[in-house]
Amino acid sequence: MLLNQFLFLGAVLFCIGVYGVITRRNAVMVLMSVELILNSVNINLIAFALRNGSADGHVFALYVIAVAAAEVGVGLAMVLLVYRNRRSIALDELAEMKG
Amino acid sequence: MIGASESTGVAEVVQVSGWFIENVWLVPIIPAIAFFLIIFFGKKLPMKGSELGILSMLASLFLSAMAVWQWIDGVNSAPEGSFMAPVVKTWTWWSTGGVDFTIGQHIDGLSLTVLIVVAFISSLVQIYSVEYLHGDRRYTHFFAALTLFSAGMMNMVIADNMLQLILGWEIMGLCSFLLIGHWWEDGANSRAALKAFFTTRTGDVGLLVGTSVLFFAANEWTQTNLGVSGFSIRGISAWALSGSPSSAAITVAAVALFIAAIGKSGQFPLHTWLPDAMAGPTPVSSLLHSSTMVVAGVFLVARLYPVFWEGLNITGSSFNFIVVIGGITILIAAALAFVQNDIKKVLAYSTVSQLGYMMMGLGAGAWLPAVFHIFTHAFFKACLFLAAGSISHSASHHSFDMKKDMGGLRKFMPITFTTWIISTLALCGVFPLSGFFSKDEIIDNVGNNGYTLFMVIGLTGAFMTAAYMTRATYLTFFGTPRGAAAGEHHDDDHATDHAHDDHDSHDAHDVHDAHASHDAHASHGPRESGPLITIPLVILATLAIGAGFLNATPFGPGWENMKKWVEPSGAVVSVTGVNEVYGGAGESRIVLTVPSAAEGYGSPCGKETPKDGICYAPSLTHAKFKWSKGALSLAIVFAGILVSWFLSVQLFERKNRALAGLTKRNKLLGAGHAFLVNKYYLDHLYEKVIVRAIAHPIARGAYWINQNILDGIVNGTGTSIRSTSKWVYRNVDQRVVDGAVNSSGAAAQGAGSALRPIQSGKVNQYGALLFGAAAIGALVLVIINT
Repeated sequence: MLLNQFLFLGAVLFCIGVYGVITRRNAVMVLMSVELILNSVNINLIAFALRNGSADGHVFALYVIAVAAAEVGVGLAMVLLVYRNRRSIALDELAEMKG
Repeated sequence: MIGASESTGVAEVVQVSGWFIENVWLVPIIPAIAFFLIIFFGKKLPMKGSELGILSMLASLFLSAMAVWQWIDGVNSAPEGSFMAPVVKTWTWWSTGGVDFTIGQHIDGLSLTVLIVVAFISSLVQIYSVEYLHGDRRYTHFFAALTLFSAGMMNMVIADNMLQLILGWEIMGLCSFLLIGHWWEDGANSRAALKAFFTTRTGDVGLLVGTSVLFFAANEWTQTNLGVSGFSIRGISAWALSGSPSSAAITVAAVALFIAAIGKSGQFPLHTWLPDAMAGPTPVSSLLHSSTMVVAGVFLVARLYPVFWEGLNITGSSFNFIVVIGGITILIAAALAFVQNDIKKVLAYSTVSQLGYMMMGLGAGAWLPAVFHIFTHAFFKACLFLAAGSISHSASHHSFDMKKDMGGLRKFMPITFTTWIISTLALCGVFPLSGFFSKDEIIDNVGNNGYTLFMVIGLTGAFMTAAYMTRATYLTFFGTPRGAAAGEHHDDDHATDHAHDDHDSHDAHDVHDAHASHDAHASHGPRESGPLITIPLVILATLAIGAGFLNATPFGPGWENMKKWVEPSGAVVSVTGVNEVYGGAGESRIVLTVPSAAEGYGSPCGKETPKDGICYAPSLTHAKFKWSKGALSLAIVFAGILVSWFLSVQLFERKNRALAGLTKRNKLLGAGHAFLVNKYYLDHLYEKVIVRAIAHPIARGAYWINQNILDGIVNGTGTSIRSTSKWVYRNVDQRVVDGAVNSSGAAAQGAGSALRPIQSGKVNQYGALLFGAAAIGALVLVIINT
C-alpha cells in the first residue's frame, strides 16, 4: 500500500513548511512555507481519497488550491504594501504589535 | 308615492363582464406610477413633468370611459329591472388572525359615476394648469401632487373595502395639504394648508372609529354568510340590511362615519377649512372643491348608504343627524357667501352650500338625486373656479378681490364671461341647465320623503344661491371696471386692508415673481386668456348645459337614464355560492341568484328584514315630478336673481343713499354683517375659545398637579431613597461590589502582565506558538483516541 509513503511525504513537507514559517525573516519565504503546508495537506487529502475510493478528497483539495491562491494574492499584496512603506520585508522588524 | 314603483322583485341577476370593467383597478394605478415618474424624472423632461401627468390622466379617463360604456351596455342589454351585481375583484393584501385584508375593486354605477367625473375634471384641470402655472418655481412638484391626488381619489372610489378606502382618503388629505400650501413662502398659505389638514384629520378620527366598529360588529356575519371580511363594502352593505346588526353598533358606526364626512366635505361645523383652502392655486381649488376632495365625504355616505339608512333610521323619521347637518350647512354657507369680496371665497362657500344639498339629499333618502348632484355640480363648479382663475390670470392682475380689481369684465373676456354665466345659471338651477335637474330633484324628493322642513330649507337655499351668485356676477362682469380691471397697477398694499381675509392677494406676489419672465404682463389691461385656459372652460360649460339631460325627470321615465344606470336595485337576492373563483387570479364572486317565490321573494330591502338572501341596497322611493313644483322653485330662483340684481345695481353702481352704508348706520344690520364677516365667529370659537379653554386650564391644572402633588411625591420618595442609597453606598457598594470589581481587576492585571511577553509582535513567534499548540492538540487527540 502506497498510503504510508504519501503520508510520509506529506509529513515531511509539513515539517519543512513549519520550519520555514518559524525561522524565516523574509515575508515571501514565510508565504511560500505556508503554501508548502497547504500542499502537504492536499497530499494527505488525495491519499485518503484514493484509499477510500471517493471523490470528496479530490474536490476538497481543489477547493484548498483555490483558497490558497486567494490567500497568496492577499498575502503578496500585504507584503508589497509593507515593502513600499518600509523598504524592507524583514518580519522581525514588524513588531509594532508588541504588547 | 312610497313603494309605488318598487317592491316587485327582480327579473334576474346580471353580472356585467368585459375587459375594461374587470380591470378598472388600473385606473388609479396609472397616475400613481406617473407620480413617481414625475418626482424622479419630471424636471429633465421637456415639459417639466406636466406631460406625464396629463398623459396618465388621459389614460385613466380613457379606461374609465370604456368601463362606463361597458357598464351602460350591460345595463341596457339586461332585462328591465334586473339586479346589477357589482363587478368585484380582490387580491389578498395580507392576512392575519384568520382575516384576509384585501385590496381590489368594487365597481357599480356609483363608483363609475364618480370615477369618470374625477378622471375628466382632473384631465381638464391639468391641461389648464400648464398655462396657469407656467413658469412657477415648483411646477414639477405641483403636477406630481396633482397626479397623486387624483390617484388617491380614484383609489377611494373603486375601493373594495374600508381599508383601501381609508388609504385613498388619507392620500387625498396629504396631497390637499401639499397643494393648498403650494406657495408656502407666504405664511397665510401654509397656515391654510395646516388648517385644512388638521380639520379634516379631526373628522378622520370618526372614519377610523366607524371602520373599527363596523369590522368588529360585522365580521362574524360577513364571514359566515358571504365569506368576506368585515371591511368589505359589499359585506358591510349586506350586513347592515340583514336585520342582524345591533342598533347601538350600527348607529355608532353611522355617526362616526358621518363625522368623517363632515370633516372632509366641509359640513357645518367643520366647514371652516374649505374657504381658507382657496389659498392654493386656482386649478387646485377647482379640482379639490368641485369633484374630488370635498365630494369624498358625500361619496362615503353614498357608498355605505345601508349603514346610514339603518343606523339613522332614514326611512322612518323626518329628522336625523345627516339631514340636520346638511340643512344647516346650506343656509349658513349661503349666508356667508354674501359678505365675501374674494371671488374664490364666494365659490368656496357656494361649494359648501351645495355639499349641504347633497348631504341633505342623502340624509332624507334622496340617494340618486344626491349622487346626480355630485355629477352635475362637478362640471359647473369646476367651470366657475377655472373662470375665476382665468380672470385673475389675465384680467385682474392676480387679484381675486371683486370689489377692488374687477367689474365690467364682460367686454374684455367674452369666453370667460359666457362660460361663467352658463355655469352660474346651472348652479342657480335655471331650467334647462344641469343644476335644475339635480338640485330640484333633491328638494322634491326630500319633501316627498316626509322631510318637509328641509324642503323649505332647500328652497330658501336656492333663493340665496341665486342671489349671491348674481351679486358676484354683477361685481365681476358688470358695472365700471375698477383697480386692476381698469388697467391700474397695484400689487403692494391690498393685503393689509383685509385683516379678516386670509386669502386676498398674496398669490399676486408669488405668481408675479414666477412671471417675471414676461414683464409685459404688468402694463396691459384686461384681456381674454389663452386657449389652454378657455378650451377647458368651454368644455365644462357645455357639460354644465348638457349633463342634466342624463336624468331629466321632467320629460318622463324615458329620460331617467342615470336612475337606470346608477341606482342599485333594492331587491332581495339569494346567495348560492360564496367566493367562487372566476376567470383569472383574484377574481372571486359571491354568486347571486333570484330567489324563488317561496323564499321571501320581492320583499323590498331596507324596509323589511330579508327572510332568505341578502340585500345590497335599500329600495328607494322617487318623487313624481310635477311642473307646479318645478315652477315654484324656478320662480324662487328668478326672484333671487332679480332682487339681488336690483340691490347690486343700487349698491355698487348708483351708490343709493338709502342702501349704501346701511350696515354702518343701522346697529342691528351692522351686527349681522359683522357676524357674517367674522364667519359666525367659528374660527374664534375654535382657536380662541375651545383651544384656549381646553388647552389653558388643562395646562394650568396639570402644572399645579405637577408642582404640588407629583413633585411632593417625587421629592418625598427622593429623600427616602437618598438615605437608603447612602447606606447601600457605604456598605454594599463600597465594600462588596467594589471589592469584587477591584479584585477581579487586579487579577486581570496580573494575568495580563504574566502573558505580556507572549505578545512579542513577531510573526514567526506567533507561528511557532500556533504550531506548538496544534501539536499539543494533536497529541491530546491521539492519547484520547487510543
